[in-house]
Amino acid sequence: MALELTGKEERVIPLRSLTSPLVCLLCCRKFELYSMAWNLKEDLRDCLVAAAPYGGPIALLKNNFRKEKSPGSRPLLEIYSASGVPLASVLWKSGQVVQLGWTASEDLLCIQEDGTVLIYNLFCEFKRHFSMGNEVLQNHVREAKVFHTEYGTGVAILTGAHRFSLTTNIDDLKLRRMPEVPGLQKLPSCWAVLSQDRVTIILLAIGQDLYLLDNTSCSVVTPPGISPHAGAYVQMAVSFNYCYLALFTDTGSIWMGTSSLKEKLGEFSCDFRTPPRQMVWHVAELWTLSGERRFILDEDSYLVPELDGVRIFSRTTHEFLHEIPEASEEIFKIASMAPGALLLEAQREYEKQSQKADEYLREIKDQNLLAEAVRQCIEAAGYEHEPETQKSLLRAASFGKCFLDKFPPESFVRTCRDLRVLNAIWDYQIGIPLTFAQYPLPAEGWCCRWIRLDPLREGVVCVASAGTRAQRPHPSVTPLKSAVTPQMSLALGIRTPGFHVSPGKSPVPCMRVGELRLAETLGGGGVALLFYTVVLHLKNELNRGTFFMTLQKQPVALSLYRQFCKHQELETLKDLYNQDDDHQELGNFHVHSSYSSEKRIEGRVAALQNAVDEYYKAKNEFAAKATEDQIKLLRMQRRLQDELDKPYVDYSLHDTVYGLILDGNHKRAEQLYRDFRIPDKRFWWLKIGALAEREDWEEMEKFSKSKKSPIGYLPFVEICMKHHNRHEAKKYAARVTPEQRVKAHILVRELDQAADAAIEHKNENEMNLVLSKCTAATDSSVVEKINRAKAQILKK
Amino acid sequence: MSGKAQRRGPPRGTAMEPLVTPHWPRCGSCLGTNQPLPLLQFYSCELVLEEEGIYGDVTCDEWAFYLLPLDDDLLSMELPEFFRDYFLEGDQRWISTIARALQLLNSLFGPFTNTYGIGRCAKMVYEVWRELVEESEGDSQARRPEISHVFLMDRDVDYVTALCSQVVYEGLVDDTFRIKCGSVDFGPDVTTSDRSFKVLLNAQDKVFSEIRNEHFSNVFGFLSQKARNLQTQYDRRRGMDIKQMKNFVSQELKGLKQEHRLLSLHIGACESIMKKKTKQDFQELLKTEHSLLEGFDIRESTSYIEEHIDRQVSPSESLRLMCLLSVTENGLIPKDYRSLKTQYLQSYGPEHLLTFHNLKRIGLLTEQAPGETLTAVESKVSKLVTDRAAGKLTDAFNSLARKSNFRGISKKLGLIPRVDGEYNLKVPRDMAYVFSGAYIPLSCKIIEQVLERKGWLGLEEVVRLLNGNEFAPTEPVMEENPAWEAQRVILAVFLGGCTFSEISALRFLGKEKGYKFIFLTTAITSSARLMDAMLEAKV
Repeated sequence: MALELTGKEERVIPLRSLTSPLVCLLCCRKFELYSMAWNLKEDLRDCLVAAAPYGGPIALLKNNFRKEKSPGSRPLLEIYSASGVPLASVLWKSGQVVQLGWTASEDLLCIQEDGTVLIYNLFCEFKRHFSMGNEVLQNHVREAKVFHTEYGTGVAILTGAHRFSLTTNIDDLKLRRMPEVPGLQKLPSCWAVLSQDRVTIILLAIGQDLYLLDNTSCSVVTPPGISPHAGAYVQMAVSFNYCYLALFTDTGSIWMGTSSLKEKLGEFSCDFRTPPRQMVWHVAELWTLSGERRFILDEDSYLVPELDGVRIFSRTTHEFLHEIPEASEEIFKIASMAPGALLLEAQREYEKQSQKADEYLREIKDQNLLAEAVRQCIEAAGYEHEPETQKSLLRAASFGKCFLDKFPPESFVRTCRDLRVLNAIWDYQIGIPLTFAQYPLPAEGWCCRWIRLDPLREGVVCVASAGTRAQRPHPSVTPLKSAVTPQMSLALGIRTPGFHVSPGKSPVPCMRVGELRLAETLGGGGVALLFYTVVLHLKNELNRGTFFMTLQKQPVALSLYRQFCKHQELETLKDLYNQDDDHQELGNFHVHSSYSSEKRIEGRVAALQNAVDEYYKAKNEFAAKATEDQIKLLRMQRRLQDELDKPYVDYSLHDTVYGLILDGNHKRAEQLYRDFRIPDKRFWWLKIGALAEREDWEEMEKFSKSKKSPIGYLPFVEICMKHHNRHEAKKYAARVTPEQRVKAHILVRELDQAADAAIEHKNENEMNLVLSKCTAATDSSVVEKINRAKAQILKK
Repeated sequence: MSGKAQRRGPPRGTAMEPLVTPHWPRCGSCLGTNQPLPLLQFYSCELVLEEEGIYGDVTCDEWAFYLLPLDDDLLSMELPEFFRDYFLEGDQRWISTIARALQLLNSLFGPFTNTYGIGRCAKMVYEVWRELVEESEGDSQARRPEISHVFLMDRDVDYVTALCSQVVYEGLVDDTFRIKCGSVDFGPDVTTSDRSFKVLLNAQDKVFSEIRNEHFSNVFGFLSQKARNLQTQYDRRRGMDIKQMKNFVSQELKGLKQEHRLLSLHIGACESIMKKKTKQDFQELLKTEHSLLEGFDIRESTSYIEEHIDRQVSPSESLRLMCLLSVTENGLIPKDYRSLKTQYLQSYGPEHLLTFHNLKRIGLLTEQAPGETLTAVESKVSKLVTDRAAGKLTDAFNSLARKSNFRGISKKLGLIPRVDGEYNLKVPRDMAYVFSGAYIPLSCKIIEQVLERKGWLGLEEVVRLLNGNEFAPTEPVMEENPAWEAQRVILAVFLGGCTFSEISALRFLGKEKGYKFIFLTTAITSSARLMDAMLEAKV
């Protein structure tokens, strides 16, 4: 669809190509973005105007066309936001300006008659200038165009000598002089810059002839299928993405086609002949044909082509014209039965607590279109300008989501977040009428602009925080780096704890933000907040080394970060320790991973081997040795597991040996006992325990006689009794040392002998102990015996 | 007392609200006013909700999780993780929460005029709390405080007490059955039926409230006496006429029945404890602990511990004994340090290398540094203390193992009572009764001394041995109205947990001196809980 703005009648005429067999209604809508805040006295047509794409700022050069150069009437360069809020102005003191244009990074290019291009920033501060070359200087600039390609921002000049000069990237200036057009004696009636297959070419029209200029040659072209009576070309327009071309002739006919001039999309004639002052393309794809419709503009206006529509601003208003997206059309079409429309209705009924909600919902569900309905609502919300409408659509989506299993939340979440950002920057004060479709693209520009302008303005903070919250790198992180001064970052850090910037290359001011927060959080709480915001964002923005270094200076943050890593990012933890040369912790880390994350034996051994190395570096020989032992044990256990077909891995040394004895593998147990230098005492404790559990009394007796027990024989008695084998216990009771004899006899319930031993020891405590175990009914003789002995001791 | 947690902030989260106004708390002024930013606590929750696209469907309300009144005199924050988080990991995020809890109590029952404390965390909490008080200055002035004294103490000031086996009934029940949030699950072995009972243990339980602070050896006698009393009360119904009987049934019987049920439960619990604890093992264990506290027969105790480990009696018990040995002895001698650790690893697996690392870091299990004299360590410590900023930041996780200096402190404060003959546990004469008369809990002794002296004057040496960080009211303490003095209520705040033995000891002290203690702790702790917090186990 092409839009024209005629010179006299000031009508915008959306036109569509005529070839498609389909006829459908032209669905275009226009909504007002702002009523302009500027108090413009001049007519726009009397000014040089340039508006940056993506809802960018508007530059006006007033009084430019006046010839008399009295000081009072010097041209005035003014820059406004898209809502007409003045940003800056400067009195123009340089030469005659032919053309204004914006670069991709929103710098203003002012192309002077003498071929000098002056670059100003958003605030009318002069940045630099460059010249388009001597030829231009001599012959003067007659016309100029600013264009954008993948190489950057370019400038094309038509000189008074009817020659073209251009550069494709003003940041990497390479001037190209285009070949001469044969027979060009006057200025071409119209021309445009095209970019095809990475080559920038110029299309120009002289009367009824079209010429294509590339680096080396000039060729005549004819648009396919153009009617022979079309007449002379007076205006042409190229689409935003250089794919399509429209030509307007002096007979009022319009030809549309691809910019390669290989295909015709449509042709029709309109009822006016005056060449339009401005002709711009709208959407990238041309669909359908249609009749025509007119938006009558009653004012002197200016058109800005955008990716998904056209912005139209005049002295009083700023509007956006775009084609109604399918999703919106489906939902909002009168009497639409599309799933999205039904869902929206269902949700409304639900809020009214009406049972109709269920009916609508059923209708969608019966067709199995609920997911589609939710998708439509989400999509349509993105195209809406009014928050209320956005909300009702998203509410409907949210409502529909409840009835769906596993509807992926991303699109919903993304839409909510993006809209939050967009609504914030749509604000009149900020005045960036970025649309949903444009949003992800031009991060570079708009964020910087506003941060630079006033970092403390609430709206910016909102944008920034909303962006950061969304963890989407594009709006917040990258552009800010270049835009924010240390003071600003400080201010921002204070305003929005989640928001954080690293100005230029120096991380210091950022950390200062951290410190401030730190000081506060130490006092007032919210350490977790500090952590999740400042630290994690620092992490994303600084390189690792710098990040860790900065953390080192903040022990509290560091310890929090460590804890976080322990739970979330083990690998980072390792890097952190590496940075510190904290070999002890590294060793611990490897030990931990040897049993937590590694499953295979080889992996575990490898992890442990790493640990050993680190422990040695940390001069912790104990840990290194212990770990080496563990490696040995692991290998042994695996062998045992293979040979005996029983699980041994993951047991401690003690348990392994115990298990072996329990299974009667005494030889192997002995081997481990020697290999790992298990202390005798432990081995004895362990072995008799296992033997008793196995009830291998014979082996136990053999063992007890193998050498003198390092733990004595009382434990034998105890363990036998624990397994209720009094018979065996008695055997060992006879072998205990005299001091333990009483205890042993009591254990095997031989009170009589216990009494004898106690009496023999002449130990009153022991006698009392025996007495306490006696029951009057059965042990009267023992009691008597002890009492006699006690009396005897007393006598002495 | 009511420690009712208050809900703050209006309910939020109407659907889609954040769409237009970015939902970000206005915190532009927070740096100046130091507001605690309640909403921000939700930041991560909200992030997750938002990520899942259900933010508007969920209503978030904050329950400021300050204080849970577990009993008439016990407020718990139920933050068992605080101990590990702060003392091991150096995580200070709970400090402001505790300070706000203090401020809440201050505004309800204060003003706290006399605030004492010791420990670095205590000091930080105190400072944050002071700031909160200054902010809210103006309200709650000039009224008679219900609580006028506060004592804050870090757990690491006194590890010894927490490491000892508990022998007071409530402590024993905790050690044996683990009291959770003021209630305990008595299993079938206690209830003598096939189900387990959940019993609330607090002052409402008449039987329990009479025995909770008693040494275990008295409990059985008391219970049987109680049983007899109960029986006589039941027996009264004989010889009643109809009217009296009606009265009895309608008024007394229910109470008696209730008491009966509780009594049988506690008797069951006692039997179960007896079964577990009166075995010879337990006696020997206590004996070892007592010799460690008193500082003799160290070799014998060490071999006892070694045998304990070798026989795999209990991983956390063994660890506890090792720690007790280390803390009382100012670290293990290098040979024992290595051999005990080796033994332990052989018994329980290599992952405990990390456990030992934790224990070393927190200062519970350390090695006596051969080259380093005590003074060298002290100068290091004092350097840290003087450099306030550095000290504040590096303390909790600095690897410098703190010396416990237990021996010296014990001597200075007389923690081991000299006993002629048997210590009468029935009529205790000091707080040592909670450990069978062998040891006066250090934490309680400090509180007693400071309250008595109205400050740290005369305790300089002890403070030095405790690594400093003490504080007391800066302004001279006002002469108190004697009428208030008579019923002085003291808030004892334990950062990192307190044990039931300590609570019992302070209740005893209160009774003796006519104070009333209110306890505020981050959580109830015990030796087993301390050890669990340090254990690195396979998942």
